[in-house]
Amino acid sequence: MNDDLRELYQDVILDHSKHPRHFGALPDATHSGEGFNPLCGDRVKVYLSVDAAGRIADIAFEGKGCAISQASASLMTDMLMGRSLAEAEKLMGGFLHLVKGEDAADLKGDDRERLDVMAGVSAFPMRVKCATLAWHTMKSALEGGQTAATQ
Amino acid sequence: MNAPAKIAAFDPLATRRDFEILSREVYGKPLVYLDSAASAQKPRQVLGAMHEFVTSEYANVHRGVHFLSAKATERYEAARETVRAFLNAAHADEIVFTKGGTEAINLVSYSFLAPRIQPGDEIVLSVMEHHSNIVPWHFLRERQGAVLRWVDMRDDGSLDVEALDAAIGPKTKLVAITHMSNVLGTVTPLKEIVARAHAKSVPVLADGCQGAVHLSVDVRDLDVDFYAITGHKLYGPTGIGALYAERAHLKAMRPFNGGGEMIREVSRDNVTYADPPARFEAGTPPIIESVGLAAAIDYLGALDRDAVAAHEHDLLTYAREAVRSLNWVRVIGDAPGKGAILSFETEGMHAHDVATILDREGVAVRAGHHCAQPLMERFGVASTTRASFALYNTRADVDALIAGLHKARKVLA
Repeated sequence: MNDDLRELYQDVILDHSKHPRHFGALPDATHSGEGFNPLCGDRVKVYLSVDAAGRIADIAFEGKGCAISQASASLMTDMLMGRSLAEAEKLMGGFLHLVKGEDAADLKGDDRERLDVMAGVSAFPMRVKCATLAWHTMKSALEGGQTAATQ
Repeated sequence: MNAPAKIAAFDPLATRRDFEILSREVYGKPLVYLDSAASAQKPRQVLGAMHEFVTSEYANVHRGVHFLSAKATERYEAARETVRAFLNAAHADEIVFTKGGTEAINLVSYSFLAPRIQPGDEIVLSVMEHHSNIVPWHFLRERQGAVLRWVDMRDDGSLDVEALDAAIGPKTKLVAITHMSNVLGTVTPLKEIVARAHAKSVPVLADGCQGAVHLSVDVRDLDVDFYAITGHKLYGPTGIGALYAERAHLKAMRPFNGGGEMIREVSRDNVTYADPPARFEAGTPPIIESVGLAAAIDYLGALDRDAVAAHEHDLLTYAREAVRSLNWVRVIGDAPGKGAILSFETEGMHAHDVATILDREGVAVRAGHHCAQPLMERFGVASTTRASFALYNTRADVDALIAGLHKARKVLA
């Protein structure tokens, strides 16, 4: 098989997309947002529960979309659980660098290792928006819950 | 796989040689182009005509008194005549050049319908319309209180003419309907729709962006009021389309864009407008593109269009049969007599993932909502994969599509 494709649809990605973590609504969410990709019509909802100390105590998502967008959302919820808002923003910055094929030196150690499964997206410029949708939605949820659109 | 059916009077393999791009490779694989419903490739005859025009007769039209301006004007008006003949309109001045099908429909919305809309007046349209035949009517809803009345499809994707007829009421000001769906391939019984609408004195606009490519269109026989086409789906250049409208309608329509070319007289205090079609062609028009569009129509005209239609139908049938045995593929739209477009869902695989994998196999398809979100909603899908067939496709292209689908299943499922 084509190496780019194997890299894109590696087992970890397919596993996340078929068995998404933290999937569903979060009844006691303090923040939520809806993301929409006008190119393909995919939608995602991200819920966050931020505690008094400014940490993400709980996070969930729901929606329908391609393997890349679902895996990315699932991986994101895994990564952000228990993080501070500042850490979340930093991770997002690093993630965006990674999937766009830019220098992602700001991602360190374990974070880098876990997000690296998404690096294959950078070989598919038309699919970068699929990978970033959940992250943009998470950010807009934290900033006031407006609808995020990847355009 | 079976050998291709022998089709008289049309040789797709010979035709392919006119489309240089079809011999290129992508990712080291031969290009299999199955996205012609989005935009068709261009034969060398179209590019040649544009090149010849630009290198020998080009200037602005309708303005200069010099030699080249006269030549260019002649070519531009000859292109209008070519479009007239293609649609069998009665008069060349019933053809307005636009930048595409979208602008043609917006022109009708703004110039014809807007002045006739009172709050509560209705526009009847089908749920399978392309956004370009929806959003201009939403404008009238937003700005003037028009009501959009939607006609549902049958489950097989066909249009229920009775349902459409029932939707036309005393407040209906227009029926806006596609001639052929860009997603389902459904061909609508346009002549009958027009007859039903006219029986209630309601005009009809047909979106012919797909229809004109695959069907023989005779606007007089259809008796349709407005027919919109675009050049780039018709093997012609981008940036040009046309609106056919009956003379009486055009004469009564207010100008659309304002600028040069569309006026009779301009003073400090007043302006009077040119007669149609110039009234609706403000600014320098797509002159070079008009020559390309005429060449594309001539190209089609030189082929046996019945044989072309039979060839495209053969490809559709062949593809439909091939996916029938795949129980993980669900085809959306099986209307009798449909055109050569195959939209489908794949179990457990999102259209974008499928299209990405097909792409790496050299197979270009469209994945998404196809600018027809109300239709997607009707069939309960967020997106589909769409393979659309053109005169230059072959059964080998279908084989590549099917092989690519198996590959996608191997990667994703």
